[in-house]
Amino acid sequence: MPITRRQFVAGALGTGALAAAGGLTIGRSPIERLIGNSASPSSAGHSQIDPAKAVLVLVTMYGGNDGINMVVPASDGTYRSLRGPLALPEDKVLPLGDGLSLHPSLTGTKKLWDDKLLAVVRGVGYPNPIRSHFRSMDIWQTGVPDTASDTGWLGRWLDATGKDPLRAMSTTPTLPLLLLGQKASGAALLPGTGGVPVQGAVADAYRALFNPTGEDDLTGRVDEVGTDLLTVSATLDKALSSTPSLIPDGSAGPSLDNGTPDSGAGPKGSPTTKAANPAKDAKGKGAKSSGSLAGQMDTVARLIRAGLPTRVYSTTLGGFDTHANELATQGRLLSELDAGLTGLFAGLGNDPRGDQVVVVAYSEFGRRVAANSSGGTDHGTAAPVLVAGRPVQAGFHGEEPSLTNLDDGDLKANVDFRSIYGTLLAKVLGFDPAVSLGPTHPALLNFV
Amino acid sequence: MASSTQTGTGVKSDVIHLLRRTGYSARPDEVDAAVAIGYEATVQRLMAGLTQPAPSAEAVPVPKFTPYQRPAGAKGSAEVKQEKSQRAAEARQLVGWWLRRMVVSEQPFQEKLTFFWHGHFATAIQKVKLGAYMYGQNQVFRKLGLGPFETLVQAVGKDPAMLIWLDADQDKKGHPNENFARELMELFTLGIGKYSEADVQAGARCFTGWALDRQTGTFNFRANQHDDGTKTYLGRTGNLSGEDAIHLCCQNPATARHLAARLWSRFAAPISPADPIAADLAAAWAADQRGDTLVRAMLLHPRFRALDVRQGLVKQPVEWVIGALRSLKVGADTDVIQATATVLQALGQLPFNPPSVGGWPAEAGWLTTATQLSRLRYAQLLASKADLSALTGAAPAARPLAAARLLGVEAWDDQTTAALGRSSADPKAMMALALIAPQSVLA
Repeated sequence: MPITRRQFVAGALGTGALAAAGGLTIGRSPIERLIGNSASPSSAGHSQIDPAKAVLVLVTMYGGNDGINMVVPASDGTYRSLRGPLALPEDKVLPLGDGLSLHPSLTGTKKLWDDKLLAVVRGVGYPNPIRSHFRSMDIWQTGVPDTASDTGWLGRWLDATGKDPLRAMSTTPTLPLLLLGQKASGAALLPGTGGVPVQGAVADAYRALFNPTGEDDLTGRVDEVGTDLLTVSATLDKALSSTPSLIPDGSAGPSLDNGTPDSGAGPKGSPTTKAANPAKDAKGKGAKSSGSLAGQMDTVARLIRAGLPTRVYSTTLGGFDTHANELATQGRLLSELDAGLTGLFAGLGNDPRGDQVVVVAYSEFGRRVAANSSGGTDHGTAAPVLVAGRPVQAGFHGEEPSLTNLDDGDLKANVDFRSIYGTLLAKVLGFDPAVSLGPTHPALLNFV
Repeated sequence: MASSTQTGTGVKSDVIHLLRRTGYSARPDEVDAAVAIGYEATVQRLMAGLTQPAPSAEAVPVPKFTPYQRPAGAKGSAEVKQEKSQRAAEARQLVGWWLRRMVVSEQPFQEKLTFFWHGHFATAIQKVKLGAYMYGQNQVFRKLGLGPFETLVQAVGKDPAMLIWLDADQDKKGHPNENFARELMELFTLGIGKYSEADVQAGARCFTGWALDRQTGTFNFRANQHDDGTKTYLGRTGNLSGEDAIHLCCQNPATARHLAARLWSRFAAPISPADPIAADLAAAWAADQRGDTLVRAMLLHPRFRALDVRQGLVKQPVEWVIGALRSLKVGADTDVIQATATVLQALGQLPFNPPSVGGWPAEAGWLTTATQLSRLRYAQLLASKADLSALTGAAPAARPLAAARLLGVEAWDDQTTAALGRSSADPKAMMALALIAPQSVLA
């Protein structure tokens, strides 16, 4: 039975639950030790984060991205032997130091690293890993590893910070669980501009039809989105028409629309991997493949530059369930990721609001160390999380999981994912992590 | 919202609920016929209808599919591009074929149950590519969905679309691929938490050698790729085959409750397998493990008609658009079907293309600012095409009630009635608002 946020905060994640998670390095001192040992976080970011106005951009990679082939121990003998034909060529990967390299598709991301704009948090997972896409993605999106929750980790932030639907925005038409609160929820980017009645008898009737009465049920939810649409539509129409894309047409990366994603797992909380498509409408500008991550990021960058009050943007990239033919599929998807990450910063240009943007890319799990017989890998556990932006403490954070000291063929996590969330809540959103993650949440990290 | 009309009492209220949940809509003539015979008799009639012909649906032409052939040219060549666009056209025709059936069928419950199985064994053309395979899988759901569950699962396991979708086609001994083995237990039969990781790995070994013969488009067992060693799977040890694994899954007591909860969650209200209702349905199902037994038990369960159940579901996008099309009788011409497919894409639920093997989401996730705008635009389109003489023939003050009857809504609440009243001078606008009112958007 789903539990409410209040029950969750009161007890579900009390000390007992966290103690049960003690196998992971979640206590304060081990985390600090990890950070002390990490390769070389730069002493300071390029800009000072302002928790009153910083913006978080999330990239959820659905399907279980193979972290081992994203941040690659390319010259490790164990890696080469267990991965066999899936081992990436040592002369093709992009070295980061510490024996690790980026996948060859991540050329723009490598540039972010070189420019000290990228943090790589290694070995991120949660206690007692579950290899179901759906359960594991629910865990990542709710921030609650040990029990079912019907609110997202940012949904609880929304619940606690008011009513404005513009505080969080999904680029997909249906909302991911991470943006669903008990009462509040994020907005979803609209499929184009206009079409909403704004004045006259019909507009009056529309407003009366959805006038929220505060009912905490599905009828109340229908009323809310009906009313929210008016605010969101007016704001987006204005923002997108006044803020053109900085990216030349056609350079926003490849589209998956007609591609060949061979995934068994797309967004669960969103029934399509295609994002909403507002980019086409604003004066014909930015008419690029808006379903692609680069297209989503182009819109996000425009909205940030337009000065929307939005603090969180949720973007998605699906198709990472590479049980077969992984080399081609992951190569293509990481190119998409690369175009999205670099496109976000290109789209922000020199706008000072860009100094306050932190983008985080994660997946529900990594994949098994050993390849299977289909040129792919099966569901695994821990994986790296990428964090980029000018306020980021660049470099490695967390310890690289061992390829030999495994848990039934899978990596052992060194960093609890909630320590990333806690850090983002506190430092990017200026919000008490305990309200979302429970009073005894794992210690914060210093990647921002 | 305040409610002026007590709902959920009396046979009319019950059968409207039953028709809305089993069909897509409740037309005035259907409601009158059901009231005349009562709830239980209507359930029997609906159950009997599941095996009766639906001439209008059968008359919808099946698209022609290009058979599989090895890619003729190099990547990016004109031949390959031509093949891709041909496949895309066939995929669109396939979607149109099913949407038309849903709109015109005399037995809409057949289509709704087929869609249930499509969501349960969710397979997407995005990866399968061939319309013929997706069409074939749809036929499996139609032919076997009402019969013994194990027969259905055995057939789905060897179905070409599923073999491609979950990579069983590539499962070889040595390092077997776990994709199908995991989802079989997690999603199709037992449910999460009812098996171990060792079962997943043993299951993958059971299914080694299961493959698709691309030339004939049929299941092919490659004995030389099958691991015929001893496996321990769900507590049974032996040289187990894929068929054995499916049998063990289907006989496992967790399966009955998991399946019952999935069905109830889509037709009644969201529950978990631990819910007592799932136990009730599982007990009824145990007698013969047939799909129709489970469906009948659901419709006759006293909780199916409970008040909280009536307000406990958001219509899935397919249910909402088809309900509107059936109620307003705007037909199923190419332009209507194309507009419908387009809005379903925007709403996030295009048939034959679920986002993942987990199927489509449910409930509050469908209610967003983006889907609200898509619903509004589509409602305006339908209202502009519909015959609204039932509204225009009524006095403005009576029009909200007329709209309710047309749309199979038992009663608007005060807020909706008042809001519709404000636009009653403009029947098209009023109908568009009626289509997106909470009573129309919720199941």
